[in-house]
Amino acid sequence: KMAAPTRLCHVWVGAETGALKGGGGPGGVLGGSEGSGGALRGDPGRFRGSSVGPGGAFGGPGVLVGALDRSVSVFSTEKGKFTGGRLCPGGDGAFCGLGVSVVTAVESGLVRVWGEQEAEEVSEGPLQELQAGPGLCRMRQDPARPHVVATGGKENGLKVWDLQQPQEPLFRSKNVRNDWLDLRVPVWDRDLQFLPGSQRIVTCTGHGQVRLYDPSSPQRRPVLDATFGEAPLTALALPAGDSSVVVGSARGDVAVIDLRKGRVLRALKGFAGGVRGLQCHPHLPLVASVGLDRFLRLHGLDGRLRHKVYLKSRLTCLLLNSQLDWEVRPPPQEPPPQKEVKDEEGDELWDALESIPTPRKDQGGTPNPPQARGDPKSPSGPGVSPGSPGG
Amino acid sequence: MAGQGSGAGTGDGAGPPAPERVLFPPTFSVSEIKNKQRRHFMFLRWKQQQRKEKLALKKKRRKEREALGDKAPPKAVPKTIENQRVYDETTVDPNDEEVAFDEATDEFAPYFNRQTVPKILITTSDRPRGRTVRFCEQLATVIPNSHVYYRRGLALKRIIPQCIARDFTDLIVINEDRKIPNGLVLSHLPDGPTAHFRMSSVRLRKEIKRKGKEPTEHVPEVILNNFTTRLGHSIGRMFAALFPHDPQFIGRQVATFHNQRDYIFFRFHRYIFKSEKKVGIQELGPRFTLKLRSLQKGTFDSKYGEYEWIHKRREMDTSRRRFHL
Repeated sequence: KMAAPTRLCHVWVGAETGALKGGGGPGGVLGGSEGSGGALRGDPGRFRGSSVGPGGAFGGPGVLVGALDRSVSVFSTEKGKFTGGRLCPGGDGAFCGLGVSVVTAVESGLVRVWGEQEAEEVSEGPLQELQAGPGLCRMRQDPARPHVVATGGKENGLKVWDLQQPQEPLFRSKNVRNDWLDLRVPVWDRDLQFLPGSQRIVTCTGHGQVRLYDPSSPQRRPVLDATFGEAPLTALALPAGDSSVVVGSARGDVAVIDLRKGRVLRALKGFAGGVRGLQCHPHLPLVASVGLDRFLRLHGLDGRLRHKVYLKSRLTCLLLNSQLDWEVRPPPQEPPPQKEVKDEEGDELWDALESIPTPRKDQGGTPNPPQARGDPKSPSGPGVSPGSPGG
Repeated sequence: MAGQGSGAGTGDGAGPPAPERVLFPPTFSVSEIKNKQRRHFMFLRWKQQQRKEKLALKKKRRKEREALGDKAPPKAVPKTIENQRVYDETTVDPNDEEVAFDEATDEFAPYFNRQTVPKILITTSDRPRGRTVRFCEQLATVIPNSHVYYRRGLALKRIIPQCIARDFTDLIVINEDRKIPNGLVLSHLPDGPTAHFRMSSVRLRKEIKRKGKEPTEHVPEVILNNFTTRLGHSIGRMFAALFPHDPQFIGRQVATFHNQRDYIFFRFHRYIFKSEKKVGIQELGPRFTLKLRSLQKGTFDSKYGEYEWIHKRREMDTSRRRFHL
């Protein structure tokens, strides 16, 4: 069959080994059986686990990577290596949220805002901090209003905070009514997203529920409460358009759920393990997903699997680049300088990546320089498949 | 119209013996004959003819081969399912440093760095019957430093913290159904992965023919065969972590986990070298077959656990030549 090669231009994936991998590149066409993206990482021993957020701090656009050792580094997408970073101590546990102009949240509930300047000494404290309650699972920043964050966790319901007023949350959600046995329904918000264009927040829980909250309405209970499957829902993404949401579970069941009625519109198949990260493309009907089965998958929202890339470690988080156009038809063979994208975007306030330069630039620090697979152009950039192992 | 082509008497059931060359008109099809006896007869005749043609072809080829002598082309390798296996992109390259780093920092690293000594707890599902109990005892003799405990209806999620407190490194739960063991849950303890297998073909020691004497207390060697993919690597390491690092070669015992077509065969042998090249083996100990159903990331938690790999039959078993381990 003639494949319509969707060019995967730069998906950033964080792995459990601490590696940050970039997928795709304007020069390489990701066809049916591509190899893994090139692993771009500074020092293999340093990190263990990562979470990725849009960059723009510490000078220059890039990708923020948070690691288990509580350091937040910026990977500059222009220079192709880690530039700057700082240690963000305080609280216990791993990061559960990263935001621009560096907001960090850890599992013990401590949300801190750090300055944009690269701290020379670690002792420079946070600019602002707030306590969101223990057992935090996720913190996200509203892309429209960067001073507003939402937090949710285990037995820690959804709260929307204003970073300038750390004492009281703007909105504190209420649990649903007792179930048919008159027992309290347990709360475990695993992932949440702000719906663009309104103040509403959609959450997915560890008990398989998808809930929609509306802080602007007087109702503190969820407006919509839908159940999907039995397994915990671990990841959530919003496709273009306002009325549906893609959720992924710990068993690898991924579905598109309608937010108007709470019904499953479509199931996405092919996952062998739990899904850890999901993100939809802002314009095209594509969703990228990343999980514990070590694969990065790109599905169309009609359910068809477009691409599957094997990345060798268990993957924890994912970030898409939306600056480049993802052309569906195969591009004419142009030399890469014509594909250069403008680099002057500064801090992006929503989950989109900053611009990515051409892959021809020398990407320093790559441990295994990827070779192209039969491609005469042979770019040495990230993400061009090294081919089958052992050549 | 059918049945006329052969020209032989198809009216009676026995029929005259088939002639040497039967002429079937091109439009003839055995399935069009409505009469079952005649149809059966015609089919047998057709089959005999096919067999004859095949034999003739073979003879001809053999003659050609002999005639060519040295110049004959080499014999074609027959295709087997293992030959035709679809290449799995997760196959581990031995030089891959990312996989090596991953394995150096995963949950089995303390075992492979010799920081912990394996200590296994073997238990069953609740109220086991005799066969399962005997199987557990035999398994305990095969795996050194293992202890069998009666389940007593305790929840696994409560057993696990107690095991961790008492320094157990692995937990094996043999599940039983209708008096035969049919499942195995292997959980690496501090926070390690949990593998759930379906167990079949369990043979106790007394059911094995030509077996040797009881296994001794020596630490056996471990052989892991054919775990090529990344998932297979993880499972292989799980099995390796059950046995202490240094085998005692005096005991001449070996435990083998052989993976073929996603089934893992466990055998326990005693070997003796009769000469440099010839080995004699004696099977001791129980034998069983495992098939992986799921690999979960933390310790046993069927409700809220995150799975690294689940066997989804309808999605994964679409090809007869694709295997996952």
